[in-house]
Amino acid sequence: MAWLRGFGKYLPERVVGNDEIAALLEAEPAWIREMSGIETRRYARPDETVAMMAAEAGRQALEASGVAASELGLILVSSGSSEQRFPGPASEVQHLLGAPQAIAMDVPMASAGALFAMAQAALWAPRAGKVLVVAAERMSPIAMTPPLEKGTAMLFGDGAGACVVDREQGFAHIIDWELGSDGTAASELRLEFGEPIHMNGRMVIMHAARKVPAAITTLLTRHSVAAPAVRVFLMHQANANLLAKIAQATGVGVESFYSNIAHYGNTSSASMLIAASEWQGPWHGPIVFAAFGAGFHWGAMLVEGAQSNA
Amino acid sequence: MRQSRISEILAEIAGKPINIGTNESLFESGLLDSFGLTDLVTKLEAEYGIRIPDGDLNPRKFESIDKIASYVDDRV
Repeated sequence: MAWLRGFGKYLPERVVGNDEIAALLEAEPAWIREMSGIETRRYARPDETVAMMAAEAGRQALEASGVAASELGLILVSSGSSEQRFPGPASEVQHLLGAPQAIAMDVPMASAGALFAMAQAALWAPRAGKVLVVAAERMSPIAMTPPLEKGTAMLFGDGAGACVVDREQGFAHIIDWELGSDGTAASELRLEFGEPIHMNGRMVIMHAARKVPAAITTLLTRHSVAAPAVRVFLMHQANANLLAKIAQATGVGVESFYSNIAHYGNTSSASMLIAASEWQGPWHGPIVFAAFGAGFHWGAMLVEGAQSNA
Repeated sequence: MRQSRISEILAEIAGKPINIGTNESLFESGLLDSFGLTDLVTKLEAEYGIRIPDGDLNPRKFESIDKIASYVDDRV
């Protein structure tokens, strides 16, 4: 199985606080914080595209990995918010990075896209060698499309996260994953072109709070790993209250789940890799990635950190 | 009887007495939010020894005390 070799991230400069959002939504800033744990989020400039943000995060991941763009065999780009029907952002990211030898493929999945792309990268790595996984989202224009629904509009931010998956070396070994999809709920969280985002929040929370802990537990049981032995859970940053529920159902304290949602809000598929990029480590022992999103799609991935436990 | 115990469970989750009609919406009344709903499912499973399958995880099934009681009656 493949290795994780380095992470990167990109976050737009503009910081948008709850005061600004609350004024637009006729809500209280304290309500936003209480309902989501979010205090600020980042909004991209009008001229900043999904591909541009993806390329910046990708460059950082390549630099952190000591890998040149010319060494990549495959680029996978996850996004649920790309600006056009086709082509997706992957081919433009390939061009922006200067990696004409690399195959470029899109993973058009919101929220859980990075996790699914990492699993694909692990499967492809034996053939492609070095795979760049990027998840980039420009959610702000979507979240702020009228009519504004305050429980949805206050959640989202923009950004990108990336990682390099390598066939031969890295600091954490990808061990296994447990993924799931449930198309019966496809309409409960959806985004149609030109329309505001539709989210049945109660349905999403109910299913996420059940399915993610189940996937984590199945995965850990399969490898005889106790949940408290996991060094850190790096999960899609959907909502701080949801992270707490999932931690509780998994049998660990919420402090085991790394969280940066207070600073960036919900950046959909980008959030898990942004979190991985910011987590300080060390990458030692069992570490779990997890996500849930539109589809519904969800899952967990187990990696074994090979760094010293310093 | 079932409704009475379910009201007690809901009161534990909401942190306050449930003083609405048994057919009124727990969501509209503000007594049950998305996260309380997940607690409710867990507590119903523990209280009645049932397993609520993922296919039944629909808020509409748990919208009022009467609907919850009816659901539990069908499962036990």
